[in-house]
Amino acid sequence: MASPLLQVSGLTMRFGGLVAIDALDFEARSGEITAVIGPNGAGKTTVFNCITGFYKPTEGQLTLSPPGGRVLSLERMAGHRIAHYARVARTFQNIRLFAGMTVLENLLVAQHNALMPSVARGLLAVFGLGGYRGLERKAIAQAKFWLDAVELTERADDPAGSLPYGAQRRLEIARAMCTNPVMLCLDEPAAGLNPRESDELATLMRRIRDGGPGQPSCSVLLIEHDMGVVMSISDHIVVLDHGRKISDGTPAEVKADPAVIKAYLGEGDEDETPGGDAPVEDVA
Amino acid sequence: MAYALQQLVNGLTLGMIYGLIAVGYTMVYGIIGMINFAHGDVFMVGAFLSLIALTGLGALGITAIPLALAITLILAAAITALYGWTMERVAYRPLRGSFRLAPLISAIGMSIALENYVQVAQGARVKPMAPIITGDFSLLTDGHFTAHLSVMQIAIVLTTLLVLVLFTWVVTRTPLGRAMRACEQDRKMAGLLGIDTDATISLTFVIGAALAAVAGLMFLLYYGVIDFFVGFIIGVKAFTAAVLGGIGSMPGAVLGGLAIGLIEVFWSAYFSVAYKDVAAFSILVIVLIFMPSGLLGRADVEKV
Repeated sequence: MASPLLQVSGLTMRFGGLVAIDALDFEARSGEITAVIGPNGAGKTTVFNCITGFYKPTEGQLTLSPPGGRVLSLERMAGHRIAHYARVARTFQNIRLFAGMTVLENLLVAQHNALMPSVARGLLAVFGLGGYRGLERKAIAQAKFWLDAVELTERADDPAGSLPYGAQRRLEIARAMCTNPVMLCLDEPAAGLNPRESDELATLMRRIRDGGPGQPSCSVLLIEHDMGVVMSISDHIVVLDHGRKISDGTPAEVKADPAVIKAYLGEGDEDETPGGDAPVEDVA
Repeated sequence: MAYALQQLVNGLTLGMIYGLIAVGYTMVYGIIGMINFAHGDVFMVGAFLSLIALTGLGALGITAIPLALAITLILAAAITALYGWTMERVAYRPLRGSFRLAPLISAIGMSIALENYVQVAQGARVKPMAPIITGDFSLLTDGHFTAHLSVMQIAIVLTTLLVLVLFTWVVTRTPLGRAMRACEQDRKMAGLLGIDTDATISLTFVIGAALAAVAGLMFLLYYGVIDFFVGFIIGVKAFTAAVLGGIGSMPGAVLGGLAIGLIEVFWSAYFSVAYKDVAAFSILVIVLIFMPSGLLGRADVEKV
């Protein structure tokens, strides 16, 4: 069993009187694709927002243990520090590319910290000094690698906003990967894609998980409604409903769980949802 | 003909100065969506610092004009940049995330504070400076009128162009500029990619203030008189230039600056000096009625 990369324990997020997430526990292991699923309004995106520092959780811990032995408490870090030091990257349900910049520039922006380790180095870089050229060459090589991976090499110099929808989604993933993350959080990456594009996306996600030459392995945390995609590529699934975990396990286990079927088919109401609080450990 | 040519030369020179200041307005607006009303006064501070530096260098015996001007340019830009940084840090950053009008009010306060600070520190009287770049070329004579192009005007236009080229290169070709443009389009997303957005915003103010300082030096050299209130009307004109060119667009700011400069000069030459501001602002109103996002601004398209 792989070691836990992200450990979520007792995560609670309240907005005024509304409890969006209620004492949620789960873990995402390194080298795996972990899917977070659940009906609309279950709190999936809120979990992502807590992990990436958009929201400060009301209670609970988010512990990231990247390879190398460091242990980081994400709930105490500002958003840009999470991206820079904890190396957690994310994409959005609605695409948030820098539409006015070219495809290549989008990928270079993601490598800002590698290109500009400090303001002083940045000033040197303005004059082409301080080893900047070498850094830039490396950044462009990395960008090209991911452009190839998402099949956008030909459009490198087009404005990102002019790409078709599916290509924009792929570019968003490539941009997130250019930050060199240890964990990639994808918020509904298959939304609006046709079946062929969904298949390509699944292949891309497997490739990101497994790593390869020139690219270390990266764990994936996924929110997705397309059950075909989720069931086929996930190593581990966490099911939320009304901010609580109702099931946790392998795709086969989750599919067979009566609580999940109940939540999706809309029987009963939240008060009767069984198995909400106890974290279920499983072998994956 | 010669008369018109003379106006063209004068208008372009003045327009360049407006353009340099307008870039500062447009950059700040682009990145945090606020109008920095104190920017005109930052320009005024830059002009005063230039005057102090020039006087100081003269006292030190550095009288080679190109050398003295280069040192002044760098000194004034650096210190004014520090003013810009401080201003953002104390007056705007604490208000980020509060309601939209708060930083605007704070900017007006900052503007008044800077004016009064300079008034107290430097006195309320106008400060004259003897012209230090002299000489001119005759371009064209017809009848009694000869159009002149002074060395000063050449120097102003060349310096401004050089600074703008350098600045454009920083914005389009370096990681600093990319980070600025990224913050401009989606600040939260830029943060998620690991860009320190606060530092990037500070940098925007620093660059804007440095450009304003260059404009301050040019203004001082061109007109030879400054006072603590000079930033107000020039600031409003430059702001108008930024809006005319399309606020948020940097080439637009320069174009708007040139347009305002030319309109003002030609109106003064052919109609009436007293109404030159009326002319400039009327053109602004007319352009905005027909092109609400300015000459080069892009309309906000919300994707649904």
